[in-house]
Amino acid sequence: MSTPANPLKIGPNGRPVRPFVLPDSLAGKLGVWRYILLRRATQITVLLLFFGTAHWGWSLAGEPVMVGNLSSSEVLGVIPMADPFAVLQIFLTRHTLESRVIIGASIVLILYALLGGRVWCSWVCPINMVTDLAGWLRVRLGVRDMFHLNRNIRYTVLALALLLSMLTGVAAFEWVSPISMMHRELLFGMGLGWMAVAGVFLFDLLVLKHGWCGHLCPLGAFYALLGRVAALRVGFDTPTCTHCGECARVCPEPQVLNLKLAARAGMISSGECTNCGRCITVCPEDTLHFNLRYRVNSTEIPQLDSH
Amino acid sequence: MRASSKARREFLIRMGQGASVAATGGLIWSYLLMEQAHATPTGIRPPGALAELDFNASCIKCGQCVRACPYDTLRLAAAGEAVSIGTPYFTPRDVPCYMCVDIPCVAACPTGALDHGLSDINDARMGLAVIDIENCLSWQGLRCEICHRVCPVQDKAITVEHNPRKISKHAMFVPLVHSDACTGCGMCEEACPTDEAAIRILPAKLVQGKIGKHYRLGWTIDTPVTQDFVPGPDGAAGSPAPSPSTWLDYLNEDGL
Repeated sequence: MSTPANPLKIGPNGRPVRPFVLPDSLAGKLGVWRYILLRRATQITVLLLFFGTAHWGWSLAGEPVMVGNLSSSEVLGVIPMADPFAVLQIFLTRHTLESRVIIGASIVLILYALLGGRVWCSWVCPINMVTDLAGWLRVRLGVRDMFHLNRNIRYTVLALALLLSMLTGVAAFEWVSPISMMHRELLFGMGLGWMAVAGVFLFDLLVLKHGWCGHLCPLGAFYALLGRVAALRVGFDTPTCTHCGECARVCPEPQVLNLKLAARAGMISSGECTNCGRCITVCPEDTLHFNLRYRVNSTEIPQLDSH
Repeated sequence: MRASSKARREFLIRMGQGASVAATGGLIWSYLLMEQAHATPTGIRPPGALAELDFNASCIKCGQCVRACPYDTLRLAAAGEAVSIGTPYFTPRDVPCYMCVDIPCVAACPTGALDHGLSDINDARMGLAVIDIENCLSWQGLRCEICHRVCPVQDKAITVEHNPRKISKHAMFVPLVHSDACTGCGMCEEACPTDEAAIRILPAKLVQGKIGKHYRLGWTIDTPVTQDFVPGPDGAAGSPAPSPSTWLDYLNEDGL
């Protein structure tokens, strides 16, 4: 998986630094891969539910399972869902919206506020499969970044999307989003949207590591802001960490693994963390695990007094 | 130079660089948006669609109208098509709108880009049927009139009028479209038997003219007859001076 750390090194907690080793047994491997397998299953299931409802007439108790797409949908004929970022952009074009799409956006907002903001990015977004493939391939091909780009540029893109929605009178990101194009054309028939998807893939593969999801995507930036208050987080068990750095090597947003901040908060508090769970399964000390924000606050902080 | 002023200069330059990158990106981005969303509308929209610009702004591109249509009339424009990206439209020559009385596509729209105030499908204005009289069979003197027979707003949206034929004593029976009743459903276009449809649906905005208020059609029954035309306060356009007498008085009394 990665180069073994020096076994003689001692971590700041006084324990020897151990490298992560991929288990030989299949069960062990599946354990390490459990979150990536679950994430792929979730992403494909969401796509399949939309596709099956549309093309194979999937229904439950007489109601169609999921009608529409990730921009806006109706689940089982009653529950509306909508992309809150898209709804915000339409709102800024000064057009009145029907209550259904506003309720739908609120439901999705609450859902991601509970599950962790950018959990959208790594567990649902269809473009994640494309960028993960590019990320996996670029390591094997030994591609290096063409240039450095500040990861905060996505917040500028987010601000531009909102500003341009106001100025041009159309939802700015929805008209150019490779995410919507890919998703829509998979469900409603192909056009030239694959070119936008290929663009994202090549950018991530050849130009910049995690270029789209980690630097540019305004939808990810939107959910990162939500992630700052979201409930489900990656908890951090300070005393066990040896600073081996295995987590940062697999993390698509390594800046979130600021171990000083993590020790203080008892969790990875940055909204840019996508809750993908890569770090959890490679940590040789079992320091990281999913936890709820209010639980880490109440249980982990008293331990800091003893340090 | 002092270190603080050098740092300040560097900071200001970096700010300027960032702002110019954002501005350039924003300009290219808004150009793409204007190209797409403000392009000449050619797609025929589902019933109840708002005016093109408002529709483009309000539509969230979810395709719930597409799924609600029982006839698979609607589709979402993919990237690279002539219709603005991701929005619903239909091609009447392939599958027209069959004008369901419960209008399921409008009911399915979550944003109101398809106006939920539309309750009678006959009030829908998806487009306007236009006849190419050079290629219409009826206008050549054949008895076709298929468009008239398939029209769901029969004898209102399309009427058949007789028209003298130049070379023989027989009259021609020609279809005429009336915009006050035509919904633009496109059943006529689908049914038209010519190789390329001689009657087709276009966005009304692309084909409909507007007379203007300053022309007075004095021979129509609801236009008051007047002698003197007084320019209105805004100069060019005007309204006729109110006449105390009716046209009958005019004939019977002094005028002639």
